[in-house]
Amino acid sequence: MQYTDKQDAVLMIGFARAVKWHNIAAVLLTINYIFFVTGNLFTDNGRFYKIRKENFISDLWKQMKYYSVGMFKGEKHPFPVTPDRKFNPLQKLTYVLAMYVSFPLLIISGLGLLFPETVISRFLGISGMILTDILHITMGFFLSVFMIIHIYTCTLGARPTSLFKSMLSGYHVSEDH
Amino acid sequence: MISTAIRHLHLLLLINLMTSISAVASDYRKAITDPGDSITFISPFYEDNERCFSCHGQKTYEYMNENLELKVKALMFSERVIDRNKFYQSNHKSFSCTDCHSADYVKFPHPGELRMEGMYNCIDCHGGDEKFARFNFEEIESEYKKSTHFQLEKEGFSCWKCHGPHDYKLNIRNSTDIKEAIIYDNNICLKCHSNFDQFQLLSDRDEINILQKHDWLPNQESHFKSVRCIECHSEINDTILVSHLIEPVEKAVRRCNECHSQNSILMSTLYKFQSREQRKDGFLNGIILNQSYVIGANRNEYLNIISLLIFGVVVVIIGIHVYFRLTRK
Repeated sequence: MQYTDKQDAVLMIGFARAVKWHNIAAVLLTINYIFFVTGNLFTDNGRFYKIRKENFISDLWKQMKYYSVGMFKGEKHPFPVTPDRKFNPLQKLTYVLAMYVSFPLLIISGLGLLFPETVISRFLGISGMILTDILHITMGFFLSVFMIIHIYTCTLGARPTSLFKSMLSGYHVSEDH
Repeated sequence: MISTAIRHLHLLLLINLMTSISAVASDYRKAITDPGDSITFISPFYEDNERCFSCHGQKTYEYMNENLELKVKALMFSERVIDRNKFYQSNHKSFSCTDCHSADYVKFPHPGELRMEGMYNCIDCHGGDEKFARFNFEEIESEYKKSTHFQLEKEGFSCWKCHGPHDYKLNIRNSTDIKEAIIYDNNICLKCHSNFDQFQLLSDRDEINILQKHDWLPNQESHFKSVRCIECHSEINDTILVSHLIEPVEKAVRRCNECHSQNSILMSTLYKFQSREQRKDGFLNGIILNQSYVIGANRNEYLNIISLLIFGVVVVIIGIHVYFRLTRK
């Protein structure tokens, strides 16, 4: 929607179709998000999203060093997946930001745009609709970037496909095996 | 001592009074010479017009029945009541009633044949006049003749059905508050389209429920407040400010992206005379932002560029990472 115009173009659908697909995706995404939050509230899975202060920065740094240098030298994963540790520190931080900050803001601002009469008309002299829309597209943009990186990092398992298989089967294939 | 004080007080009051009279007189002269200012304007024909307004300016009027030697108070037919305030704020505020109506109306009871007098149309006075060239009345007349209003009711329809001669004022051209201008313009349409009494004067069709007809329109209330009916129900004409070619309902704009897109038709209609300022802080069709916000039409170019750059950087970093994974195994 952000880049389209009236007509379809090369590799770009027209605005009207973009709006239709955007709205369908938005409803599906919101339903999925409700499942996600409900799941985390009522099952054990929520504990994986709790960030602890101890060694927060140093653990992040370790993980980043591994992704950028260590893994190319054949170093062991600093935070291997165990039954008590589903995510490494970098994953945990980005997932918390994406799922508990960006997604709620995206959904709330999206609902505001869907029902504009609920949006305050002006805030600090600026149209409430502009602020809502900019918040929506900014969150949408960050989540799109997150999605690209997320899908790519999913190929960083023992084999490029093993993490995708884990998502379906629930079993994690360790790098040592 | 007290009498001296009172004399001084009188003198002060006198000076104050003279200053006030002088200010009022100055305002009055200014008002007379400044017909563009509706608030201070005082018509040179005010007294003459009062002969008409004394009866037609309110809902009741009084006259002396000479035969019965009786003073009669009666209700004025609502269609013949002219609001003084609206008239003196309208485009025709500097007119005398008898500029358009027969001078014989000064007689009471009014002669019956006057009811059959012909009425001027806009083009009768404004056509071919250099002073009004910027309005392009000839094109307006030609558009109006092609409009569905005229085509469906050639005899009953006239300019006055939409532009009341006694209250019409230039709206969108002079407007500083576009929301008010939208309400004013839409009320012109709703005068007939939401009032079946008026509507059936011009059409034999059944009553149309405007809200039901627009059920398909998302956020109906926001649309009605933010755009004029003619944005969707008329054909754009670049040579006149307000399109007068009202289209049949089948041709009405129904596709959202006609407005909600980079090339929004709102720039050729509602924001036509302000559309010279195409960009505002990177926002497409930025002029709309002064008054409103149209999703899709007001996307920000800078955000587009920044977002594409970040997407590009992410893809490049991933590419480098893939390269090292493949070569440094």
